[in-house]
Amino acid sequence: MLLQRLSLGLITLFVVSLIIFLGVSLLPGDAAQAMLGQSATPETVAALRKQMGLDQPGYIRYFTWLGGILQGDFGVSISNKREIAELLGTRFSNTIFLAVFAAIIAVPLALALGIMAALHRNSIYDRSVNVITLSSISTPEFFVAYILILFISVKAGWFPSLANVSPDTPFVERLSKCFLPALTLTLVVVAHMMRMTRAAIINLLASPYIEMAALKGIRKLRIITRHALPNAWAPIINVIVLNLAYLIVGVVVVEVVFVYPGLGQLLVDSVQRRDLPVVQACCLIFAATYVLLNLTADILSILTNPRLLHPK
Amino acid sequence: MTDTKSNPESADAMPPPPRRNESQVTVALRELRKAPLSAKIGLLIIVTYIFVAIFAPAIAPYGESEIVGPQFDLWSDTNLLGTDHLGRDMLTRLIYGARNTVGIALITTLLAFVLGGTCGILAAVFSGWIDQLLSRVVDVLMAIPSLIFAMLLLTIFGTSIVNLVLIIGILDSTRVFRIARAVSLNVVVMDFIESARLRGEGFAWITMREVLPNIMPPLVAEFGLRFCFVFLTISALSFLGLGIQPPTADWGSMVRDTSTLITYGDITPLLPAAAIAILTIGVNFVVDWFLHKTSGLKEEH
Amino acid sequence: MSKLTKLEQELRAGRLSRRDFLQATSALGLGAVAPSLLSPAYAAPNKGGKMTVGLGHGSTTDSLDPGTYENDFMIGSAFARFNFLTEISNSGELVGELAESWEVTPDAKEWTFKLRSGVEFHNGQSLTAEDVVNSINHHKGEESTSAAKPIVDPITDIKADGDTVTFVLEAGNADFPFLVSDYHLAIMPSKDGKPDWESAVGTGPYMKDSFEPGVNLKLKRNPNYWKEGAAHFDEAELIVIADVAARTNALNTGEIDMMDRCDIKTLHLLQRNKNVVIEEISGNGHYTIPMRTHLEPFNDNNIRLALKYALDRENMLQTVLGGHGSIGNDHPIGKGQRYYAADLPQKSYDPDKAKFYLKEAGLSSLDVDLSAADAAFAGAVDAAQIYQENAAKAGININVIREPADGYWSNVWNSDNRGWCFSYWGGRPTEDWMFSTAYASGASWNESAWENEEFNKLLVAGRSELDESKRRDMYVEMQRLCSDEGGSVVPLFNNYIHATSTKIAHDENMATNWANDGQRYLERWWFA
Repeated sequence: MLLQRLSLGLITLFVVSLIIFLGVSLLPGDAAQAMLGQSATPETVAALRKQMGLDQPGYIRYFTWLGGILQGDFGVSISNKREIAELLGTRFSNTIFLAVFAAIIAVPLALALGIMAALHRNSIYDRSVNVITLSSISTPEFFVAYILILFISVKAGWFPSLANVSPDTPFVERLSKCFLPALTLTLVVVAHMMRMTRAAIINLLASPYIEMAALKGIRKLRIITRHALPNAWAPIINVIVLNLAYLIVGVVVVEVVFVYPGLGQLLVDSVQRRDLPVVQACCLIFAATYVLLNLTADILSILTNPRLLHPK
Repeated sequence: MTDTKSNPESADAMPPPPRRNESQVTVALRELRKAPLSAKIGLLIIVTYIFVAIFAPAIAPYGESEIVGPQFDLWSDTNLLGTDHLGRDMLTRLIYGARNTVGIALITTLLAFVLGGTCGILAAVFSGWIDQLLSRVVDVLMAIPSLIFAMLLLTIFGTSIVNLVLIIGILDSTRVFRIARAVSLNVVVMDFIESARLRGEGFAWITMREVLPNIMPPLVAEFGLRFCFVFLTISALSFLGLGIQPPTADWGSMVRDTSTLITYGDITPLLPAAAIAILTIGVNFVVDWFLHKTSGLKEEH
Repeated sequence: MSKLTKLEQELRAGRLSRRDFLQATSALGLGAVAPSLLSPAYAAPNKGGKMTVGLGHGSTTDSLDPGTYENDFMIGSAFARFNFLTEISNSGELVGELAESWEVTPDAKEWTFKLRSGVEFHNGQSLTAEDVVNSINHHKGEESTSAAKPIVDPITDIKADGDTVTFVLEAGNADFPFLVSDYHLAIMPSKDGKPDWESAVGTGPYMKDSFEPGVNLKLKRNPNYWKEGAAHFDEAELIVIADVAARTNALNTGEIDMMDRCDIKTLHLLQRNKNVVIEEISGNGHYTIPMRTHLEPFNDNNIRLALKYALDRENMLQTVLGGHGSIGNDHPIGKGQRYYAADLPQKSYDPDKAKFYLKEAGLSSLDVDLSAADAAFAGAVDAAQIYQENAAKAGININVIREPADGYWSNVWNSDNRGWCFSYWGGRPTEDWMFSTAYASGASWNESAWENEEFNKLLVAGRSELDESKRRDMYVEMQRLCSDEGGSVVPLFNNYIHATSTKIAHDENMATNWANDGQRYLERWWFA
């Protein structure tokens, strides 16, 4: 089954690459025009097109690219001729580092807050956690970032406002530089996961077996962690995975505000410049991350639900 | 807050089943009276926003894009909340923003839920190739970074409000699909679904009578949040020049336009941000109440 | 004395060695006044330190190829790593850089530059005339994809002879030495007969340490730099910080020593920081709103005039630029330029006049679309909304279309898809350069598709005219034509605004040809 899912994942990647290729090709303007920008003249655009190989028909370019990928060759960026594998390498590890950093704070926090909220539902605690997380989630993330920078960096001076890490940045310094971006991301994703945890648990609290457990006099916290939570995992895991995927794929705004050299900025720049090989490579990496995370989520959902493990 | 005193172990207050001879309105009103304070506040917020949205031209002191004073004017009698970066009345912009932002976000979210929810349940109930097909399509759509995807599509198809709603609605429906499918899968393996199938009930019956009530709570919870994510997506797209077109006031762009002020501790950008936050909180208070009630109703099974 | 003042300036700006200065002054019989100038405090600003700069421009797709430079990050990096044949000094004069001197034939067609001797590239290679030929040829020819192609295409032949390089032009051009100061025309070392741009090696004040496009560029001082009194920092780092709030925060926390493109809306708030100095330069950069003059309704000059009078320029200046700039008069020549037409009547906001011209065109009201995106310049969408409000009072309904920033320059600007849109020009150091680029018949960036016979005749005549006063009259007339008949509304000239920490010092003068002291901040500035 795992093998089947993996091959499905590969097909997904293939379809994604096709869609992205078509999408970027359909965009008005091409790499040559985008690169020359305001200084484009018909002659230079034509010459650049030829140099970039854009004068070839689309399908040929696509299959050439696909052939390269199958041999593990991502090709070169058409706007600055750099090896894409090299271009993406450090940026991808930066993206993963920030995502993991944020997830390590956010996931346990969200679960704990969610369980507590379910336990003390409708209490003052529940309400205030709700209001705070909802406020943080409904504020655009660049704005959350500005507020954090104002208080933690400019006023208090505890952490730097620039997260301009490079491969040779020592680990401790890296942690300190990435703290504010990670905190911003935490505020952005925690509400979603926390509310789903709370909802899923409350949904189960009315089930007969929980009632039974309550009647047996088991403590509330134990009921939730031992009886309700195991059955609530499916939706919670799904939401966690969605948010993990977001931490990797959707952080371009945070990257811009904190000047963090991740993949998001590269992708946006490359779309604007119609630098197709780079867009493709970034999207494939994002898609692959997503497929793997999903696979993990499905496996975990099945593992946590005995009924799904042995379908009738 | 009245509810906190009710039996916490059984999770929720049990409303009596509605009597036949009562009209729906009476039932709704009675439920409303019994609603906790937070839900009432939430409802009040939503009603206020809807009222403001509908009657914006009547309430607003100035025209939507009228320049009435110098930029970043302070709060005064003539401009209650001061002016924005072009010298337009902040209060007026906020009021019109309700109309534009809320309307579009609501339609988009509803579209996402109808589409995503239906497909999700469909996939879970029928499983087999339908599930495979839908899931793979959704996998592909979700695997593409959504902001980039929306950017691509809007650039290709043009930036009209209809396109905006359709594109964000469809992209967001994939998220709803996954949640709906996941929770439905848990339900469809239950014995009562099995027996309904053995009785030969159709998809529609099973969905409406058995699956939907059981997956409603997480879906409703998701609705409250999706609604606010749609806001944020629109504001991000507005920033890229692909969202709502100026001089139309929308809160996302308003935050963006004034956001640098926060660096100096000026609270102007907090106003539109607060407008979004308060609505989100209001919607989610009501959502919590529904959640509460639906989980209570479930006990009747 | 004026000669001495000039020499002093040259010395301070580093274009004159101390020995040259002494020789020149003693030749003037003024040797005695010189020593105070040559005291270390003045002649040699502090050396050392690491300069960290946060720039709003810069993209992950940037390339080291000088033909592709188009943003402030790469322009700044070009002036840090390379030298050029000529240089616009910080007092606005044209001086030689790698060219020591130049000569021209009377028809202004053949220009011969004599190269400075003993200049070395970062890799130890000596500068030769061949390097210059190859570097300029890099931008020429059919295969060329360089943005500087239009500048170098009129060169029919380039010859190297010993330490001189001769350029033969298609037609006379009195401004040619200005053209070769362009930031694209960097002088690179040759490798196998081709200019070697991949290595980023030049003869300039700093050497590349590492470069990550769209992230940062790290530089080290060139220990063998030939120019005296220049390149004072030991190290420098340019960081791309696209978000203006992030840039401001980084300056406030001291993480960077300088930022460019300050946020005008909050400039008065930034001023409160005692450790920050805000500096403004009024340059030649300007905003334009070109109408496609061959399309309806803009083919009628009455409509164009109506629209020119329907704009409250002062209002736009205050709102979009917070007053940090000056209003334009519908021609692209800045106040600081040689032939600026100071006596030309200023077009101002006059709804009645606009209505009058509308009536002349046989209309009582007008509906037009105006395309805007902040890709044109920050605040373009706001500017469009102001125009809309202003013009409404003259019975003109402007429908503002917010275009996607993505692809703006290829799909909206300079294309017949749209009749009217916003645009921005960084300005050019000479009138001829500016006019030939954006107003001449047949020029590919003639954004308003303007064809004016009289103007085009004057342009060609003015280019090779060597008589100053005749030339001035011609350029004044061209400005009038642009203003009264041209297709572009030129509402504003913007100031370049940057901010530095109080630790940074520089010469009294700052160049106005580009932002940030002509983008030569790394060469010219130092730590106080």
